[in-house]
Amino acid sequence: MSKKTELTASIGDQTFRLLTLLMAISVLVLMVWMGWQMYDSALPSIQKFGFSFITGRVWDPVKEQFGALPFIYGTLVTSLLALLIATPIGLGVAIFLNEMAASKVRVVVAFLVEMLAAIPSVVYGLWGIFVLAPWLRETVEPGLAKWFGFIPLFQGTPAGFGMLAGGLILAVMILPTIAAISGEVMAAVPNAQREAALALGATKWEMIRLAVLPYAKSGILGGIMLGLGRALGETMAVTMLIGNRPDILPSLFAPAYSMAAVIANEFTEATYALYLSALVEIGLILFGITLILNVFARFLVWSVARGPKGGTSNE
Amino acid sequence: MNDRLRRYRNLTMMGIFTIATLIALVPLFGVLGYVVKNGFSALNFEFFINLPKAMGLSGGGMANAIVGTLIMVAIATLIGIPIGILTAIYLTEYDRTSWFSIGVRFATDVLTGIPSIIVGIVIYTAVVLKMGHFSALAGGLSLAIIMIPLIIRSTEEMLKLVSHSIREAGYALGISKRVIILRIILPTAAKGIITGAMLAVARVSGETAPLLFTALGNQYWAHSLNEPIAALPVQIYQYATSPYKEWHQQAWAGSLVLILMVIVLNLIARLAFRSRSN
Repeated sequence: MSKKTELTASIGDQTFRLLTLLMAISVLVLMVWMGWQMYDSALPSIQKFGFSFITGRVWDPVKEQFGALPFIYGTLVTSLLALLIATPIGLGVAIFLNEMAASKVRVVVAFLVEMLAAIPSVVYGLWGIFVLAPWLRETVEPGLAKWFGFIPLFQGTPAGFGMLAGGLILAVMILPTIAAISGEVMAAVPNAQREAALALGATKWEMIRLAVLPYAKSGILGGIMLGLGRALGETMAVTMLIGNRPDILPSLFAPAYSMAAVIANEFTEATYALYLSALVEIGLILFGITLILNVFARFLVWSVARGPKGGTSNE
Repeated sequence: MNDRLRRYRNLTMMGIFTIATLIALVPLFGVLGYVVKNGFSALNFEFFINLPKAMGLSGGGMANAIVGTLIMVAIATLIGIPIGILTAIYLTEYDRTSWFSIGVRFATDVLTGIPSIIVGIVIYTAVVLKMGHFSALAGGLSLAIIMIPLIIRSTEEMLKLVSHSIREAGYALGISKRVIILRIILPTAAKGIITGAMLAVARVSGETAPLLFTALGNQYWAHSLNEPIAALPVQIYQYATSPYKEWHQQAWAGSLVLILMVIVLNLIARLAFRSRSN
């Protein structure tokens, strides 16, 4: 190679490296910029309301009163309900796929579960409005009220649209996340663990309970947290099903409101700067919560997937 | 302990896991079944070539929304794929372990995890307010932000799979690093990278929330990228929450088109590419 071509080659190399570096920097900048942009737009509301923004129960844009508690409440209740339903089922799916299914069954079922995650949120919402909500109103909620009506959670008029509908649709949507991540960490459990348990005469379930689950525990917890993160920020399906009323009621049948839903519904209607700022602040809170959840969850998953460490059980 | 009891318990648990899997698939077939049933009867050729009719009138189509979605996904792809792939190249080929690259990976995870509606808020305050109007550009930009972390992650995974001996063979021949990356490593990982990119495209084409206050939606054709533009998911949302039966029909038809788009992209990505690269 002549000296000249060597020089151009090295200039080309440097330019290309610089280009990739710039792109990498831009990703870092993007994250910081998004946080800053939100904080900056939310600042008027933060300064005006301070901490009472989070504890205030009244949301009345006409009187310039902004309390986000009803939205935080609706978001938390629907998300927790979703976790309660999706965690056992998602874990069941993960165990079925990783420990039980023959490889052909596994390929097909795993694809179907991934499709569950691929269906757009707005389609779940559409289905929820015309299929799920009427079914809840006519069958499920009257049934629950009849048998469990003594619990405040199941009192009140069956409306269909409400926290139960929102929580159920969220459960469907986060199930693939929980199943996929739990499956991933179960797959990271060394086969020697399983073989040791089986060699000692354990049944399959005993093997799963004693050798697989304890080992994958913190990774599964990470998967559940990622699912929670997804549930908290999920917008369209919840907006279409939760009933959109900023009340704090104990009944799961009652209409409520979520943080993402109020942003989706009122953002383009925010007629003055403080109103918009208050909505951005709700977004900022959501951003903060999901960020912390994600960081913590990734750490848990990473600590399992990193490699063998020797699983111990207390049982 | 009683062996028979242990065996029964084992069978019971296996049964429970199988049932859990079946339960998980009920909503999938429920949603697909209703979308196909209701959407198919409302879907016809006109749906693809006509503009929406006024409220309460039957017929009409979503041609503008389909085109709008394609345009915004194209903008997102043009921005997201180069940034995503180049960043992944930096993270695998130039710098795998420094604090800076750990920071970039962290940012990627954060961006993957934040709710898509947050992206809409940021683009609204940063772009729509500054420009003074909703636009296809703003919509495409917000989809790009959702796409970038997905592309980085999938590309990085694929580049990591390329064996070191291939890189070393390149160095031994005195080929420059850039050429090794562009001519040897990328082509080797191409199938996986394309799979990841297609899955990312499928994912953003169904996004509604970030478009609500960036692209806004439009009942007519948009004549430039600087105008509010219709998008299939936004149109479905507006029609589904409207009180008109005719619009509900259209929402089902739109959902069928959207789901077909997403599923076909997923199927092609998985079947055509993944089987061989594994």
